[in-house]
Amino acid sequence: MNIASDVLAAGRRRMSPRTFDVWKIREDFPILKLQVRGKPLVYLDNAATSQKPQVVIDTLNRYYTEENANIHRGVHYLSEKATQEYEDARVKVQHFLNAGSEREIIFVRSVTEAINLVAHCYGRRFIQAGDEIIISAMEHHSNIVPWQILCEEKGAVLRVIPIDDRGELLLDAYEQLLGPKTKFVAITHVSNALGTINPVRRIVEMAHRWNVPVLIDGAQGVPHFRVDVRELDCDFYGFSGHKLFGPTGIGVLYGKAHWLEAMPPYQGGGSMIRSVTFEKTTYAPIPAKYEAGTPHIAGAIGLGAAIDYLEHIGLDAIDEYEQHLLAYAMEVLAAIPGVRIYGTAREKASVICFTIEGVHPHDIGTILDREGIAIRTGHHCAQPVMDRFGVPAMSRASMAFYNTKAEIDALVAGIYKVKEVFG
Amino acid sequence: MSDLRELYQELIIDHSKRPRNFRTLEGANRKAEGYNPLCGDKVTVYVDVDGDRVADIGFEGKGCAISTASASVMTETVKGKSLAEAEALFEIFHNLVTGKPPADGKTPELGKLAVFSGVSEFPARVKCATLAWHTLHAALKKSGETVSTE
Repeated sequence: MNIASDVLAAGRRRMSPRTFDVWKIREDFPILKLQVRGKPLVYLDNAATSQKPQVVIDTLNRYYTEENANIHRGVHYLSEKATQEYEDARVKVQHFLNAGSEREIIFVRSVTEAINLVAHCYGRRFIQAGDEIIISAMEHHSNIVPWQILCEEKGAVLRVIPIDDRGELLLDAYEQLLGPKTKFVAITHVSNALGTINPVRRIVEMAHRWNVPVLIDGAQGVPHFRVDVRELDCDFYGFSGHKLFGPTGIGVLYGKAHWLEAMPPYQGGGSMIRSVTFEKTTYAPIPAKYEAGTPHIAGAIGLGAAIDYLEHIGLDAIDEYEQHLLAYAMEVLAAIPGVRIYGTAREKASVICFTIEGVHPHDIGTILDREGIAIRTGHHCAQPVMDRFGVPAMSRASMAFYNTKAEIDALVAGIYKVKEVFG
Repeated sequence: MSDLRELYQELIIDHSKRPRNFRTLEGANRKAEGYNPLCGDKVTVYVDVDGDRVADIGFEGKGCAISTASASVMTETVKGKSLAEAEALFEIFHNLVTGKPPADGKTPELGKLAVFSGVSEFPARVKCATLAWHTLHAALKKSGETVSTE
């Protein structure tokens, strides 16, 4: 298969980083100054949630101190102000994803809700018994379970693209799975456990040959590199604000306008209607059609502040720096006897899952925690990935652009301490 | 390192690497399963109850050092005890790892169980230490449900 464009992209990413003042950037994140158990915090659990820059914290504070009101209903000053800020945040997201229109940006709680919305609304209208939905073997549970629920309700069939030992999707197998029965494809942009960056543009193109729409779970994509939904040509793209240095409880669903218009609404309630009588209700145009009830206004505005902050630093600079850090971490971790790394895709984000021979991940997590090092241990909400590699659990170090080589060195020292405790 | 050594005492490391009574018990008349889905720890406890006594006991499963060692020491501790004694030990152990004082105010006879006293300083690990005990409890009660301590 022709993967030349992906290889080129990899080459661009792996160039040595330009001047990237990580120590100056760390000043923007107050939590990074914390001491944990008497040691400086080494936060390597960014794939679970990211830390927040001061500007996001200040934005939330300012909103509740000076702007709080409900949106899209009052004629008073505060309501107009809050509405403006909320809609400005939508435009920021639109530009961030390079979507064609702000009407294509729906605010939701999280990527989990984004996927559930599509499974529910697209599924209710377009999925029938015997239809097939394709996902992959590296999905997070949030991109498995909504489709299983839909399949169970409709009598549809879930098909799974397998992965190889590196943690890369087998595109030949995907090609074989696609066919006249395929009605939807839902794939993660970046694996939360393996770090694999999937060739989503190609995945979309292959599905579109069968006129099948594609949803991309971007939870682990947008924090690491620039995403252009029009270039990817995906039909839906979702992400969570809290993994993008914004608040919890806010997420985004991008959907092509014609799909959002064709699907039935998600939840009924205020804001999503045009007119209501007991005989018939007509719905508001998109995006309001999918935003019933008072949304997380502060969250959306806080997410807008996070996006401004990222644009200020530069997504390309972040991408380069993280690739440099990843290469370093892979090298030093792999050099520790007894450490095994899972996920060695050629295209990989700064997420490393590993095991230490003879030591359970939970014991690793506890010992590292005593050193002030925060990593994730367990199945990472990706049990099929654990099964694929034949382990019940893994340890995961996931890095953001504020992490440093010194922190990777602290992790390595911590791993040697684990080995010492377990003799 | 001192509180870590308190948690990972030699005896715990030893039992986690070489668990005792780690086997399927042929002829067991009680059996229960424990599973902590978030961390993936799994344990099956087999008991041969003869009259009022734990005549034999074994376990199988996969888990962290704390859960494996806890299951191993548990089997050693309750083997040969009466059912009432086994249940009483469960309560003593539970108080120990959650840092609760004993109900009657008296310091109980802990024996080898004392090595788990460090667990109370690690709240996230209490569920690891207690999984096997809850599973034993379910086996003795003949409850068919899979036990979880999450």
